[in-house]
Amino acid sequence: MALDKNGIAKRIAQELKDGYYVNLGIGIPTLIANYIPEGMDVILQSENGLLGIGPFPEKGKADPDLINAGKQTVTAIPGASFFDSATSFAMIRGGHIDLTVLGAFEVSETGDIASWKIPGKLVKGMGGAMDLVASAKNIIVATTHTDRKGNSKLKKSCTLPLTGLACVKKIVTDLAVVEVTDKGFKLLERAPGVSIEEIKNATEGTLIIEGEIPEMKL
Amino acid sequence: MNKIVKNASEAIIGIKDGMTLMFGGFGLCGIPENVIRELAKIKVKNLTCISNNAGVDDFGLGILLRDKQIKKMIASYVGENKEFERQFLSGELEVDLVPQGTLAERIRAGGAGIPAFYVPAGYGTEVGEGKEAREFNGKMHLLEYGLTADFAIVKAKYGDAMGNLIYNNTANNYNNMMAMAGKITIAEVEEIVPVGELNPNQIHTPGIFVQRIFQGVDYEKRIEFETTM
Repeated sequence: MALDKNGIAKRIAQELKDGYYVNLGIGIPTLIANYIPEGMDVILQSENGLLGIGPFPEKGKADPDLINAGKQTVTAIPGASFFDSATSFAMIRGGHIDLTVLGAFEVSETGDIASWKIPGKLVKGMGGAMDLVASAKNIIVATTHTDRKGNSKLKKSCTLPLTGLACVKKIVTDLAVVEVTDKGFKLLERAPGVSIEEIKNATEGTLIIEGEIPEMKL
Repeated sequence: MNKIVKNASEAIIGIKDGMTLMFGGFGLCGIPENVIRELAKIKVKNLTCISNNAGVDDFGLGILLRDKQIKKMIASYVGENKEFERQFLSGELEVDLVPQGTLAERIRAGGAGIPAFYVPAGYGTEVGEGKEAREFNGKMHLLEYGLTADFAIVKAKYGDAMGNLIYNNTANNYNNMMAMAGKITIAEVEEIVPVGELNPNQIHTPGIFVQRIFQGVDYEKRIEFETTM
């Protein structure tokens, strides 16, 4: 069965390593914070100027001066720091962030990503996404495999305006874990109970299937 | 040295139609509420506003948008504002969307006397169209220009008569850089303290960057998305 949002977040949490500084985008990526393995030291960065995001505050204790990049009220962990936006993007542009996870409308088989604009329909702006994808060492996209109409989000080439070129390394969807290689999307894992056929049908770009494809362990 | 002015009304003297203004804040966090209210009152028009976001429909820069005081907006993310989207799609509002880190650095550079610099963000996207591109260390970069403003308007938690500022938590965001990038920088603060009371080791914005400072009143500090456990 296809994973829900939390399932996708849970699988991506397995990519975390002790000592990682991580930037989580809005949406599914934010949920990953709930699945950091116990005892693992992972520091979350928020591009509006916080290193060391803590859990949501208790009821009645929300501080309007303490928000994440999604403008939600949060807390800061002991040892956290605050800084201005230029310093924040020095962390990002300077390659100091170990892992970036963000959502996408489309990803191409060469690792291009489109995530910020649907011409004529949606003009929210790119926020920090272009800076993040242009400089991150390791980018994972968290998304559903297809859109609401059933169109594949894993494409030969993106049709929507790009956020960045050839930058996505890995994609975790509700159906599969896929690596972006120079030959196309390489299937690494299937969601529990999802067949290779289903993944093939949901993938527009080149899908490379080599040997046994294991199920995700969640 | 005393840079204290009475209130927002005195602080904004000299702001005229057609000027370029910077506003600190991220979402509604750390925005100069008092000055925005005052600008709405004096109905100054045709403004070019530089701010990460454009407020919400009835708060922050959203008020100036609603009253058609803004001609052009330079921002990175404007998703929480329906009136913005309407004016943008209908062509009433000129919009320059800039990647957030590039926007922050353009403001920092402008204030620091750096006319232009290269960054990788936006290369190969429509942000890069028409821009000079150059390869450094095997990677393509875009030439981006420093930004300055006729007035930069920032908001801090504490300030003193010399213009020194300390921000609170994530309410620093763009304020620190914008303070450097205004020909005239107005700081509104929650509390003005006597000179000497702020710990010099902890000052975020040194007073040299601030020309006018006042203690704001009636801060609403609206929360966009209140999330709790």
